[in-house]
Order: sequence, then structure tokens, then C-alpha cells
Amino acid sequence: MERLKVKDLQFYYGVTQILKDINFELKKGEIKTIVGPSGGGKTTLLRLCADLLDVTEGEILNSFKKSAFVFQDARLLPWKNAVENIAMPLAKKDKESLEKASELAIRFGLEKEDLVKYPKDLSGGMKQRVNFARALIIKPDLLFLDEPFSALDVGLKEDLQHYILEANSEELMSVLCITHDLMEAVRLSDSVLLLKSDPGEIVKSYDFTLPKLKRDYTYLFDKTHELLKEDIVRHTFEIKVSL
Amino acid sequence: MKFWIKILKDFPWFLWSGWGSIASIALFLAFWDFGNQIYGDLILPSPYSVFGSLKTLFGDVEFTQNLLLTVKRGLYGTLFSLLFGTILGLTAGYFATASIVSRPIVTILVGIPPIAWIVLAMIWFGLGDTTVIFTVIVTALPIVFVGALQGSRTVENELKEMMDSFNIGFFQKTKDLYFPHLFSYLFPAWVSALGMGWKIVIMAELLSTHDGIGASLAVARSHLDTPLALALVAAMVLVLLFVEYVLLEPIKQEVESWRD
Repeated sequence: MERLKVKDLQFYYGVTQILKDINFELKKGEIKTIVGPSGGGKTTLLRLCADLLDVTEGEILNSFKKSAFVFQDARLLPWKNAVENIAMPLAKKDKESLEKASELAIRFGLEKEDLVKYPKDLSGGMKQRVNFARALIIKPDLLFLDEPFSALDVGLKEDLQHYILEANSEELMSVLCITHDLMEAVRLSDSVLLLKSDPGEIVKSYDFTLPKLKRDYTYLFDKTHELLKEDIVRHTFEIKVSL
Repeated sequence: MKFWIKILKDFPWFLWSGWGSIASIALFLAFWDFGNQIYGDLILPSPYSVFGSLKTLFGDVEFTQNLLLTVKRGLYGTLFSLLFGTILGLTAGYFATASIVSRPIVTILVGIPPIAWIVLAMIWFGLGDTTVIFTVIVTALPIVFVGALQGSRTVENELKEMMDSFNIGFFQKTKDLYFPHLFSYLFPAWVSALGMGWKIVIMAELLSTHDGIGASLAVARSHLDTPLALALVAAMVLVLLFVEYVLLEPIKQEVESWRD
């Protein structure tokens, strides 16, 4: 069974400790979200897991075969059009893969005339759709999400989140997501890890058992409300006003 | 292959877009003729007589030989500069120390006027091909070097990380990330090195050889043959215009079509 296992992970930038004693395991078909305040080491943790940073202390064991990363900013190649950007991770660049890329682009809500546009002519939302399609075209069994929904309007956000949940339930794609948005975490995850900052340390984990595609707004608002009432959550996010 | 076909297919459109330039060249010729009417034939011959002597020039075997010789010298020097300037610049850009060390040296090299290089080269190599080619290299290479250096220092780390996240190999990274990025720095540097090389080759020839266009220009001066001198100048400009606008610009427009 594929899994991602993080064991006793520590990380330092110079002498500053960024991450301390991180331990968790992500199983096949599971979605885990790490929530915490901005600048708390979430992105560092995700990059360590995705092997974009070298582990210096502790261990990360990753037995998933194919992983993909969705960045917060779209990071498209400016000299390739939308379809070429989506097809970029594919090994072969034949007609077939370009067709596959166009199909996926349409499924992700791009218009036909957008397909040949260069990134400079695409809106922020369109770029983010391309970003998602590029990650999902290789059919990853592990997907890393680095707050990719944070700059999107509510319609587009729900749209893209729905694709993730679909791929998760149909193809058992595992997802490791980071965000500072609690409701987003409740919507997407089987379990949520709370990461406090200075140094980044997992202080609590919450499990949500209701099937993810069945969670309605009432559920999301209730669960988010419950989370926000927890002292440790309020403390981690430094929420000072009480309502 | 598809790329070259696209360049050829777009070529007529590229030519059509040249009407504006042709209009401004016509305006330039009009001012030139006006100058002729004021100052007379000895100081500034009319465009008509200059292009007349240009026509006789191209019928002259000796001139064509000289032109080919000059083109050959210019090409040797410039191609050498393009090749080694690019390689050295990219290598220096890859190492932070090398790029810091090389910048002041390049500034010194660029600061030395080409005419001084010609004098030095004449002392070192005597009169002949080597002097000309050396001068071209020593003036054109730093331009390419700086372009390549800046290009390789400015590759975006975010895009590199994105490609790493998909485990993209070095070959594809070169093709999809490094090359397109570097091209936008290298190509303008190549074009200005080419223009510089072409001007320097003629200056060096004028002073240090007895053949080539530069030497013909020296002869025209000693005979006070202004139409011939201007015809030679026109020939040089035509060669440069041909290389820049007919050969290089279409390639540039195709490769850079993702810009505005």
C-alpha cells in the first residue's frame, strides 16, 4: 500500500528552527490538510514532502509512484500556450497528448479559444485552471496543493475543489494540502493537522468522517464553527476578539 | 521542421509590414537629395549617382571579391565571438563567483576603444587577416558575453522548481525553460555583436589591410571619389540590413511570438 510517512522531521534555516518533531502519515486515497497561520512553515513542510527541499533531520518515506504539485501562483511557462503548458509534464509531445491536454482543459472550464492563448492573455482564474490541469494530466497518485485556491473567486474555488474530490473518490488520488482557510480544510479533508508557528509544530489533529462529496454548507459551517471555538485553534491563529 | 515552415509561411506578412520602414527610407533619401542640391556633387553626391556607381560596383569582379573577403573576415570574427561569448557567458553565469569576477573585466574590455585595439593588434600581428579578425573578436565578444551572463543569471527559480516537481529531465528543461529564456537575452546580444563586428571589420581593414571593402574605402578617399565612397558605404549598409531584417528578424518574431 502506497503511503507518505513523515517521521521526526526537523528543519532549520540557519539557526532558526522552522519545523519541529513533525510526524504524520498519509495513506492511499486519503486527503490530509495542514492548517496554520501564514509564515508558519507550511510551505516548507510541503516542499520537503514533495522532495523540492532536502531533508536534513528526520525522515520522509514516499512510496507513491507519481506525484504532482499545484503551486499557489500558476507558474506557467510564458512561451507556451495553454494547451502546451498542460501537456508539458507528459513525456511524449505528439498529437495525441495535445488532444488529451485540450480535452482536460475543456473539462477544467477553459473555452476553446483560450487553448491557444499565451499565459499573458489569460486571466488569473484561467491560469489557475491550467495549473490544475497540468498537475492532473499525469494522473498522479499523490497531489500536493500549496494554497492554490486562495486568490480565486468562490465559484471557481468550488469548481476546482470538486475536481480534486472527484479524482480522489474515483481514482483514489491522495492529497496533501496546505491552507490557512479552515472551511476549505473541512471541505476537502479526511483529517486536518493544526500547525502552530515558531517553530512549526503539529499541535492537534481533527478527523472528519462524513464522505467528502456529501458535505453540505450546513456541515461545513458547523464544523468550521466548532473548530473556531477550540482554544488551541484560536491560540494558534492568534484570534484575539471573541464573539 | 514545422518551425522553419512557419517562418517561411509568415515571411510575406513580415515583408508587407515593411511598408512603414520603406516610407521612412524614402524620406531619408529625399533629405539626402536636398543636401546634394545645397552642397553640390563633390561634398554630397546625389542618391541617384551613388546608386549608379553602386550598380557598376556590383558588376565589378574586384569589388565582389573584396566584398566576399570582408564578409568572410567579419563572419569568422563574429561567429567566433557568438560561439565563445555564449559559452563563456553561460558558464560564468552558472557560477556566482565567476559572474562577480568577470563583470569589471568586461567593463574594462568594453571601455577600450576599438581604434586602440586596432593599433595594438597591428603591433602584435602586423598587417593582415589576423589583425582584422582579432579586433572584431575583442569588440564583439564582450557584448555576447554580457548577454549570456545576464540570461543565465535570471532564469526564474520558481519555474525551475515547478519543472523539478514533475521530475522533468535536464534535456526537456533545457528545451522548455533554459533555451526560450536565454534566447530573449542572447538574440539581441547576437544582433548587436553582428552590427558591431561589421562596422569594426571595415575600420580595421581601412587601417591595416590592402584588400577588402575597408581598403577600397581608403582608395576612394585618396582619389577624392565621393560617389564611390558613398556607394561602398551603401553596400555595407545593405549587407547589414539584409542580414538583420531578412535573415534574423523573421526568426526572432517566430521564437518571440509569445511576447506582445
